[in-house]
Amino acid sequence: MTSHILKGKAIKYGDDVNTDVIIPARYCTSFRAEELALHCMEDLDPDFLRKRRPGDLIVADSNFGCGSSRENAPLAIKGAGISCVIAKSFARIFYRNSINIGLPILESPEAAEAIAEGHDVEVDLGAGRIRDLTTGASFSAHPFPEGIQAIMAAGGMVGFVRARLAADTTA
Amino acid sequence: MGMTIAEKILAAHAGVPDVQPAELHFAKLDLVMGTDITTALSAEVFAQMGAEQVFDPDKIALVNDHFVPAKDIAAATMAQTMRRFAERYGIRHYFELGSSGICHTLIPDEGLVAPGDLVVGADSHTCTYGALGAFASGVGSTDMAAAWALGETWFRVPETIRVVFGGRLSEWVGGKDLILRLVADLGEEGARYKALEFTGDTIEALPMAGRFTVCNMAIEAGAKTGIIPADDVTRAYLKGRGTRPGVYHRPDPDARYLRTLEYDVSGLEPLVACPYSPANVKPVSQVERLPVDQVVLGSCTNGRVEDFRVAAAILKSRGVHPKLRLIAIPGSQAVFRQLLDEGIAAVLAEAGATISPPTCGPCIGGHMGVLGPGERGLFTTNRNFKGRNGHPTSEVYLSGPAVAAATAVTGKITDPRILMG
Ligand code: SF4
Repeated sequence: MTSHILKGKAIKYGDDVNTDVIIPARYCTSFRAEELALHCMEDLDPDFLRKRRPGDLIVADSNFGCGSSRENAPLAIKGAGISCVIAKSFARIFYRNSINIGLPILESPEAAEAIAEGHDVEVDLGAGRIRDLTTGASFSAHPFPEGIQAIMAAGGMVGFVRARLAADTTA
Repeated sequence: MGMTIAEKILAAHAGVPDVQPAELHFAKLDLVMGTDITTALSAEVFAQMGAEQVFDPDKIALVNDHFVPAKDIAAATMAQTMRRFAERYGIRHYFELGSSGICHTLIPDEGLVAPGDLVVGADSHTCTYGALGAFASGVGSTDMAAAWALGETWFRVPETIRVVFGGRLSEWVGGKDLILRLVADLGEEGARYKALEFTGDTIEALPMAGRFTVCNMAIEAGAKTGIIPADDVTRAYLKGRGTRPGVYHRPDPDARYLRTLEYDVSGLEPLVACPYSPANVKPVSQVERLPVDQVVLGSCTNGRVEDFRVAAAILKSRGVHPKLRLIAIPGSQAVFRQLLDEGIAAVLAEAGATISPPTCGPCIGGHMGVLGPGERGLFTTNRNFKGRNGHPTSEVYLSGPAVAAATAVTGKITDPRILMG
């Protein structure tokens, strides 16, 4: 998730998009991103799969990803080809899960407010910069706390734990 | 500077004298809990991490509850993965059909959580264990795998909101109504990333079953955990269960709270959360007479013997309305045995209830009572999001066991105070 430029169109949602609508439990007998992706958002927005193109971004209001602890939710979004989720705020388990599995997420109330459906958006993940290419407006995302940056620098939680375990055995 | 209970528990487990909100700490875990729906992925991630052993096989609990008895081949395969993981790593607290139950009903009853513990579980309602004065929080599968490997995880220290409930609850009003009142006021994100600390004489007088219900739904307001200070009620419940004494934390008198909410709950009406949010709460009197197709009594929110006692008192010699289906789901095998011992199972069966084995089932729209297109349910569960309990056009109202049982009798959403007049 370091210095990486993402580009795509914005798909907008409102407040409290919960994990049950991101990926209903009836599909959670799988945890393969590509299988989950086939049902991503289907109860909230049956058009989602038809309208999204690889690289598109989800831009949402507050408390995105609330509800269940299911990691299937960020996996489904990632599997659907969404490059990044920008929201006014994220529910905490979804936030942790996204960092752990490497789905880029950015918290920016200003960007979430200003960017409209279908706008072209460019994100510089390393710098935390969000640009609405349709309007030319630019926004900065809340920086990640230091401890979380360490996990991201290790390439997610798997890499982080691998490194910790290796350090423990050589210590 | 004084600390709240959440801060004290995090400090103790991070090995530091004190913590401040917004600090990030790695902290040691007393218990890591997983279920059939989250563990299979964790097992795969655990292998990818290159881990060869778990930090402590006695501090891990694995529970078959969500899609049990296996609803299809895919669910059976996930359960099999968990079973094999438990065997391979010698997990002592592995719970199989016949002695299992819904994780959040089972784990406290098994004495696996002590006051002052720090617990994570790969299930969002892990916050239930806060009813024992523990800090317990939900995480995802990758975090659980990391916790298995390291025995610790990171926490951002949350600010605490203090909630003071005062006054005496009326008959047919209980823990569910307290927490629905609060979630309605806070909204789905009002406590996002915060700890809730529940106090006041209503809480002190509340039996453990009601306390579990209150803490269970802290997450519905976005909270990271919900904690009730452990006291003599906790001590009595834990007698003969836990093997560890635990630490009975109290908040310091000068602890800092983000805010304090105070309620006088004398005269509180039975409440109902309307579709499609647990925060969309109305007094039962405002939704009375809506016809209902199916009532579900159970779940980790209201699946204890105390809940079924309330329901049985209403259902006894009344019977389930012929146009309505009543599904009763004991929260665990132990609860089921209590229902048999106390004659409650017979009351339910005679009334016309279908008694299900302990399972999450319809609470998560898995099986054993999923709703069809346009159907209306009234469930004692904790979430009624669109599509959660079945077809996306179905809708679920949430309530405590008294409203649920009264509704099962009349076929329409019913105020138990009127039915039982
Ligand atoms: S009963 Fe419902 S809320 Fe509780 S653990 Fe099961 S699915 Fe989750």
